[in-house]
Amino acid sequence: MVEFYTSLHPVVQGVLKGLAVILVIFPIGGACSMAERKVSAWIQGRPGPNRAIVPWAAWIPILGPFLQRLGIFHVLADGGKMLFKEDALPGHVNKFYFVLAPIVAMIPALTTVVAVPFGAYLDAAGKIVPLALANVDIGMLAVFAVSSLGVYSLILAGWASNSKYPFLGGVRASAQLISYELSMTLSVVPLFLWVNEPGREATLGFARVMEFQSRAGFWGGMWFVFLMPVSAFIFLTALFAETNRQPFDMPESEADLVGGFHTEYGAFKWGLFFVAEYAAMLIGSGVFTLLFLGGWNPLPWVPLADVAVWLHLADKPMLLGALSIAIFLGKVLALIFFFMWVRWTVPRFRYDQVMEIGWKKLLPLAIANLLAYAIGIAVLPK
Amino acid sequence: MAIIPLERKPLTFAERTYIPQVMAGLRTTWQHLVRPKETLEYPEQRPAIPPGYRGVPTLVKDPNGREKCVSCQLCEFVCPPKAIRITPGEIPPGAPADHVEKAPQEFEIDMLRCIYCGMCQEVCPEEAIFLQNQYSMTGYTREEMVNNKARLYELGGTLPDQHHKWDVKKAAEAHGNDRH
Repeated sequence: MVEFYTSLHPVVQGVLKGLAVILVIFPIGGACSMAERKVSAWIQGRPGPNRAIVPWAAWIPILGPFLQRLGIFHVLADGGKMLFKEDALPGHVNKFYFVLAPIVAMIPALTTVVAVPFGAYLDAAGKIVPLALANVDIGMLAVFAVSSLGVYSLILAGWASNSKYPFLGGVRASAQLISYELSMTLSVVPLFLWVNEPGREATLGFARVMEFQSRAGFWGGMWFVFLMPVSAFIFLTALFAETNRQPFDMPESEADLVGGFHTEYGAFKWGLFFVAEYAAMLIGSGVFTLLFLGGWNPLPWVPLADVAVWLHLADKPMLLGALSIAIFLGKVLALIFFFMWVRWTVPRFRYDQVMEIGWKKLLPLAIANLLAYAIGIAVLPK
Repeated sequence: MAIIPLERKPLTFAERTYIPQVMAGLRTTWQHLVRPKETLEYPEQRPAIPPGYRGVPTLVKDPNGREKCVSCQLCEFVCPPKAIRITPGEIPPGAPADHVEKAPQEFEIDMLRCIYCGMCQEVCPEEAIFLQNQYSMTGYTREEMVNNKARLYELGGTLPDQHHKWDVKKAAEAHGNDRH
């Protein structure tokens, strides 16, 4: 099977890999929407959605009711509802841009996956090879460049809806996303200064970052979250803002703007915004995991290569790849749970507070952090 | 009362970073997350009905299974939304309870009108009408929502009677008292 796959044309291989990744991201997005409802419910002392069940699942003795309590079948019911309900197009909107906006929302969400490695295996020479759709040297830059296009969909949606609440939502979205992108980008610069050691080819790829988190010794095996906690904090905060999660849900603002930029949307077009938001959360969490939480290394100071030796998986690339993907996905899902947990913990910021935190606190902090690490790296004996 | 001016303390540096507060908040929400859930899952689990609950009005029988209502129509007159409609009837002579003289021929409570105020129960001299525990009345038609006499007795059943009014009355009669 492996021989057949490698004998295929590279384009066909690429398409198959891309489809495989999309086929993983979409169900995880759906599961996240249910997880969001369940976690919200649990934190509020409710059991959450637990009624829907399909007949064949009801026949399974213990597993069926368990899945029913977990609300698994509500995902199917919700998806079915969203697909089949009437997709109303309001009369007062700019139709072309109105339809374009949700499509534009999906593009950065699905494009950034390409540059994010999600697992690794050891090749015949015992060298770690990252699993990614495109393991490119511009990794982080590509993610930033493409994900910042996401703001266009919100502005387009807000503008094309031609009514006040979506318009305000769109305006807020543009201001918020652009402000926090600055601090986000600045927060990872020290990290890439650190990994671009002298005498090696410069890179912005995730492979080098992972290599630095997989080295031997105390400083080598340390995850960057310990080495650069301020960077990690700024990145995480900015990530909350970039993915429009509470407490930075200004573009949506259910409390004051009805639904913000997607007030006029319904059915599948709304669903696309929703999936795009969860995909952005997934990718953002993935990037955070890679940069600061040691990616596919199970524990700090325990790189994947060591685990492969202990479990005698070094010569079984398939199994090791699956294990590394499982570790990586586990961390990403834990981060997504953290997103939901924070949602019910921190009250929403007011719009002026969002701007103040972004410009007066995070940005100076990010610059100071960058300067401190730049000087530190310059004077540090290599 | 004296007015005590409180000086608002400036926020400390730790407070201005939000971080300790957010951590404490995360702890609180985590405790809520793992705590047993408060929800009463309704159709399977039913709420405990407190004593004195005013549910659907019903007609009750005395411990001997006899009809208590004497169709005095006080409840019909007192009912604020005019939900009760009674057709009075005679008890034929020779029947076991013929000394009661009257009983309702038909007794209807329109549950679409009833406001569950309990005035019918309060006014009833015979303690024949009670608002009991049933809180869920559903139906597909307006006719279904009108409880007739048979349905009212079915809902009401028999309640213990503290006064045994009829038995006392009968006993007094047996001792030679005339009807009063």
